Amino acid sequence: MNYEIVCGIETHIELATKTKIFCGCTTEFGGEPNTHCCPVCTGQPGSLPILNQKVVEYAVKAGLALNCKINTRSHMDRKNYVYPDLPKAYQISQYDEPLCEKGYIELDSGKRIGITRIHIEEDAGKLVHENGYTYIDYNRSGVPLIEIVSEPDISSAEEAKEYAEKLQLTMRYIGISDCKMQEGSMRCDVNLSLRKPGDTKFGVRTEIKNINSLSFIQKAIVAEAERQADILEAGGTIVQQTMRYDEKTDSVAPMRDKENSDDYRYFPDPDILRFSIDEEKVEEIRASLPELPFDKLKRYMNVLGLPEATAKLIFRYRKVAEFFQGALAEGASVKNAANLIVGAIFSNMDTEEEKELFDIRISAAQFAALVKLADEKKINIGVAQGTLQKMLESGKPAEEFIKPEDLAGISDETLERLCREAIDANPRAADDVRSGKDKAINVMFGYIMKKTGGKADIRKAEALLRKLIGS
Amino acid sequence: MRAGISELAARLRNREISSVELTKAYIDAIEKLNPTLNIYVYLTFDTALKAAEKADQMLDEGDAPLICGIPMALKDNICTDGLPTTCCSRILKGFKPYYDATVWEKLKKQGAVLLGKANMDEFAMGNTSETSCYGAPLNPRNTNYVTGGSSGGSAAAVCANLAVYSLGSDTGGSIRLPASFCGVVGLKPTYGAVSRYGLIAYGSSLDQIGPLTNSVKDAAIVFDAIKGGDRRDQTSVDHDYGSSLAECLERDVKGMRIGVAEEFFDGINPEIKSSIDEAIKLFERNGAIIENISLPALKLALPVYYIIACAEASSNLGRYDGIRYGHRASSYTSIDDMITKTRSEGFGDEVKRRIMLGTYVLSSGYYDAYYKKACLIREEINREFDAVFEKCDVLIAPTAPNTAFPLNYKGASPVEMYLADICTVPVNIAGIPAISIPCGEDSRGLPIGMQIIGRRFGEATVLQAAHFYEQSAGKVIDDYEGGAVI
Repeated sequence: MNYEIVCGIETHIELATKTKIFCGCTTEFGGEPNTHCCPVCTGQPGSLPILNQKVVEYAVKAGLALNCKINTRSHMDRKNYVYPDLPKAYQISQYDEPLCEKGYIELDSGKRIGITRIHIEEDAGKLVHENGYTYIDYNRSGVPLIEIVSEPDISSAEEAKEYAEKLQLTMRYIGISDCKMQEGSMRCDVNLSLRKPGDTKFGVRTEIKNINSLSFIQKAIVAEAERQADILEAGGTIVQQTMRYDEKTDSVAPMRDKENSDDYRYFPDPDILRFSIDEEKVEEIRASLPELPFDKLKRYMNVLGLPEATAKLIFRYRKVAEFFQGALAEGASVKNAANLIVGAIFSNMDTEEEKELFDIRISAAQFAALVKLADEKKINIGVAQGTLQKMLESGKPAEEFIKPEDLAGISDETLERLCREAIDANPRAADDVRSGKDKAINVMFGYIMKKTGGKADIRKAEALLRKLIGS
Repeated sequence: MRAGISELAARLRNREISSVELTKAYIDAIEKLNPTLNIYVYLTFDTALKAAEKADQMLDEGDAPLICGIPMALKDNICTDGLPTTCCSRILKGFKPYYDATVWEKLKKQGAVLLGKANMDEFAMGNTSETSCYGAPLNPRNTNYVTGGSSGGSAAAVCANLAVYSLGSDTGGSIRLPASFCGVVGLKPTYGAVSRYGLIAYGSSLDQIGPLTNSVKDAAIVFDAIKGGDRRDQTSVDHDYGSSLAECLERDVKGMRIGVAEEFFDGINPEIKSSIDEAIKLFERNGAIIENISLPALKLALPVYYIIACAEASSNLGRYDGIRYGHRASSYTSIDDMITKTRSEGFGDEVKRRIMLGTYVLSSGYYDAYYKKACLIREEINREFDAVFEKCDVLIAPTAPNTAFPLNYKGASPVEMYLADICTVPVNIAGIPAISIPCGEDSRGLPIGMQIIGRRFGEATVLQAAHFYEQSAGKVIDDYEGGAVI
């Protein structure tokens, strides 16, 4: 029998604030164990938390980017549970008054996946098992997180992956997190149940915890859906439990649960006052948001006319997109600028990270100057690519590498001779041009460019050809 | 009559005595009396003498603050960098914080001389100081009786003149009740008036640090020295009191509107009631207007207090797991076993009782019936106080329904003991200030305490009324046999 997947995703994202959520300690990754700590983030007796306003701002940014309603009044709650990595035996989080609610992410298909809520909370420390002992590193304790909870609107593994990818890209774009799943700055928990098509009631769900890559989200859902379907087919029932996805065996298995019940005894944290964000501040944050990635993608395709493949390669890295747009602002053509970025600059960048960082030695203006030479046909694309590589290596402008003869090109006499040759070699094309099939002239351009190694001035050649053909 | 802070300050300034000499006098007295009275649980004589030397230098340089060079005590739940701070609990035995509480940081800067850490009920839970893991301090007025609690050591230290003043903390009456039992002055400031940073939490929305002193003026001086907003405590408020409260204590009570709520007098020992009635008459004779008022929600204050305080405590005390500091069980089979054993061994019965109560009232299924309802009633209590303070400047009430209990009073059930807090908890619930001042003695010679309660940040009026009563009734604290001789 076929089953329908009902899936929701909870995503934890570490915010890239400089300091922790309740104290002045650095959030920097790494560091010797327990060196990014103070009385507050290690829960020393008598210490008190002070809410970092940047965390609230970042969360509001996330909410606005995900089309959420912002609750201008909010408060922090204590979530009580005992685990050695949680120094106060409670996590300061938000329970019944999250900062953001009721947003969505739109998939390519146009389907919207609802965002139930976004709330802020603190991360816990980390247990390190070594030589038969367990050590605790509290460097991550108190690092700010947002938890983004989706509605159970996701109905396939592909949709889940697309949702997570769009979420990741959007959060990176607005600069609140690097969302590195391998390093744990973005972690996904997937809730999944099956039901018969047409059923309105949800089945019993399981939760797959801490998935650390986009493709594992997809694989874990496929594996868990299969596991649940097998059980249901055999007449069994699904047990509500926490699962773990094992990438080595591509399978899902129940996790050994932390030994505590689900009763977190939430209550408002008396140490942190209720807080409010005024409408003005929300609007200020809204105004500070960059063009969001998927709006940009649409614009690249629909307004700039970039082919989908090229547009998708450029929009996803905020710095690349900024560089591209910077070049356009300097007068570079869309097509040449895009092709040079994707064809030449990206050839030096193997990893996603390098593209994300986009650490290059030339400015958008220098790049635009080069693109314009190609736009004006003063140099051909081949020369432009070669020159660009030299510019990237040296950080020097195009003039340093393009020789006067490259620009001067071919003498008028030579060009005229070549034009005659081109017509003689392609009599049918010449006839076509004469009878108004203008595109046929490209055949002769091709001949001339080949003979000159791309150095001919194509506009001059066109004028000459038309004169000689008599069109 | 003993010297107050301003008199000692004057003597220190005219070189009649040095801070080191003053400190030594207190050290001698402590050495004599503390083995019996069990007031201090940790003595800091070495650091005290060094601090005294430094204070003398500050005094030499001139322009030293009023409290400079004056020996004092801190309740054992106020963090002191490098010195044990244990909340008188086995679970924190040996714990030395590596940071100062804001109040101690402030006092230290002003040249305060710390003699030691004062005994208290374990984690401030109790009203006799008998839940201390170090054993109860004895009431210096009569050693067969308790000091009251939870700041019993802090009150007794002042009473026996083993400190000029002390700091305590008050969650449901823990400054005022022992002040009343020991016959000293105890001020619970407005919630937020004094930073809680470094005060080991019991009930975070109720806890407040305040002074225990020999006189209202001293209370005002110490309050001046510790009050103010703190960027490390979000719940603290930088209220503008206008000027030093100690400098504007003199006030005619003519026209002062004093509220008397019958609810505060339900079930009060008749001797106490008549003492308070006398005091009210004294105010009236001097032109104060007595308003009979009613605070019906007060009947619910005690259960509301125990629900909220225990709920917060159950969460605040979760961190004592033996992992990072304090006591750890010596043998265990797993991390969970370690935590369970550590807590079973480390906490006393009263603390366990309150953790269980608090855990229960926050559990799903009970939250609405207990914690949430308590919060709603808390709002109602606040509204009633707000309304009362529309027509009254201060309220007068007994501090406790009885004078000090005998030590090891076995007749009482825990709930009966909780009743001793009935007059003090409403003030914490509402976050308003109140002072307890001596108001006579009962037939056994045990001190009676009177409470003067004010509106939020109304400390000035509370202190003025208390100072007026103290001066006109002549209720001054006599020397204590064996206490420091200066």
